[in-house]
Amino acid sequence: MHDPFSIPPQALLSQLLIGLINGSFYALLSLGLSVIFGLLNVVNFAHGAFYTAGAFVAYLLLEHTGIGYWPALVMAPLVVGALGVLIERTMLRRLQGLDPLYGLLFTFGLALVIQGLLRIEYGSSGLPYQIPEALEGGRDLHFMFLPNYRAWVILFSVSICLGTWYVIERTKLGSYLRAGAENPALVQAFGVNVPLMTTLTYGFGVGLAAIAGVLAAPIYRVSPMMGADQLIVVFAVVVIGGMGSIMGSIVSGFALGVIEAITKVIYPNASDTVVFVLMAIILLVKPAGLFGKVQ
Amino acid sequence: MAIVSARADSAAKQTYFTFGVMVVALAIAPFVVYPVFLMKALCLALFACAFNLLIGYVGLLSFGHAMFFGTSAYGAAYAAKEWGASPGLAILFGTLIAAVLGAATGALAIRRQGIYFAMITLGFAQMIYFICVQVPWTGGENGLQGVPRGKLLWVFDLQSTTTLYFVVVAIFLFGFLTIYRTIHSPFGEVLRAIREHEPRMISLGYNVDRYKWLAFVLSAALAGLAGSTKAIVFQLASLTDVHWTTSGEVVLMTLLGGLGRVWGPVVGAVILITLENYLGPLGGWYTVIQGVIFIVCVLLFRQGIVGEIERLTKRRTAAPVA
Repeated sequence: MHDPFSIPPQALLSQLLIGLINGSFYALLSLGLSVIFGLLNVVNFAHGAFYTAGAFVAYLLLEHTGIGYWPALVMAPLVVGALGVLIERTMLRRLQGLDPLYGLLFTFGLALVIQGLLRIEYGSSGLPYQIPEALEGGRDLHFMFLPNYRAWVILFSVSICLGTWYVIERTKLGSYLRAGAENPALVQAFGVNVPLMTTLTYGFGVGLAAIAGVLAAPIYRVSPMMGADQLIVVFAVVVIGGMGSIMGSIVSGFALGVIEAITKVIYPNASDTVVFVLMAIILLVKPAGLFGKVQ
Repeated sequence: MAIVSARADSAAKQTYFTFGVMVVALAIAPFVVYPVFLMKALCLALFACAFNLLIGYVGLLSFGHAMFFGTSAYGAAYAAKEWGASPGLAILFGTLIAAVLGAATGALAIRRQGIYFAMITLGFAQMIYFICVQVPWTGGENGLQGVPRGKLLWVFDLQSTTTLYFVVVAIFLFGFLTIYRTIHSPFGEVLRAIREHEPRMISLGYNVDRYKWLAFVLSAALAGLAGSTKAIVFQLASLTDVHWTTSGEVVLMTLLGGLGRVWGPVVGAVILITLENYLGPLGGWYTVIQGVIFIVCVLLFRQGIVGEIERLTKRRTAAPVA
């Protein structure tokens, strides 16, 4: 273990940057999970697979049609979101009203199918994806070097997160969503098409995962399993933050990314496990999660 | 009352009959089927039965049971290989490790319910996985290989496949009967009542958390018994045993066979191990098929194979009365 005060500030800052990047992905993924859970009462175990799918759509667009990063950032979530809509309409819908555990088992199976198919087609070694030209290089901030692409990832995901928060908490559409999560039958009686809203919510949630996937493609290699391990950490983030609040999942996503990074500097061996240890501590101290409500 | 007890009687009779058939089948099987394959199926069937105790009778879906299976495999393998423990002691040691781990993680995990419970157990299992990757005594990527089988109770030489097979059968039957007795005891009745209506059990004065915790520890210990036996049989403990894919597989076995049915996990394990035997080398396709089985089970037959068979036979016997 290092003495925290003897660490060069540069190393700490560059780790913090990595922490914020990971935190962006955690926040985007746990945000999508919360939105889906709110309306569908399903824990989307396929969320990691949709994230992977987003990265693959971007990769395939570039390989086969030459469509680059910027259009992919819009097209990948649309394609993956459409896939989500299709799955919700044809299959996931039938599980409504059953024990939520069935939704979990269903989406786990879905994740296995998506990951397996990608592995058959593209192997498990991982494929490279170029950083878009406009964001190559970086700038020297005197105290540290900031790669442009990483700065972009953080800025973009913060704005997506805040945008989603604004829509859900401050607009009319958001009030329908929140009411639908609270009491779908009543909202339906007021003339809101709740089933349609549910379908679109699922599409939107997995679309968010796909955006995270496209953002991640140039940083990590594009590989079939890139989402699976990520998702388990995100589940721990969700347990810590509680799924009740949108802002809660955003804040805990970024915070845990940073905590993970700081742990990497102080005691590297624990960096993989620190989120789970925190989860255990939260369960001891505040079982409902930091921002959660007791059911 | 008389009708109820008569029905319960016939159900018990049916169970004893099925149990007898299973014992006879297990006695004949090694002369027909490759015994190593059978032993793998038995270990995983016991693992799935232990898992089923939680999901089927307490309603708790653990998505992290690989942590008990895996750590006990490491424990037994380490004891046998590094300390030269006899296989019996090694298996006991592995089981003990799983029970202790179950006591610790269970106490935390039961503080949340439903889907949160699944996510929490998955999280703990991932933590254990990372710990197994890092600590020196698990042998990292290679795992612990060449675990000696040795002699059980100084008499039974486990080098002989036939002897080993019957020891594994004995261990499986022990675990199976333990679970059967637990389910059909007053303790099991309380567990089922908690699954059905937890607030009522709390208001009746039952210490619900204590019951859940005990069931969790028992399930962990039996999963550990399966894991340590597996380590001795295959002379190997590896990272696959602790990985979340193993947790997923045990969920699938139980779901396919039938959640909350005594025979469900056994049937599910045998089918899945057979599938793996033929399709395992296909890699990705095996994963896809597993996923498809999950989806089909959840959408079309949530009672599992055993549940469907029960429904069909019940309809046949019920038809004349109606």
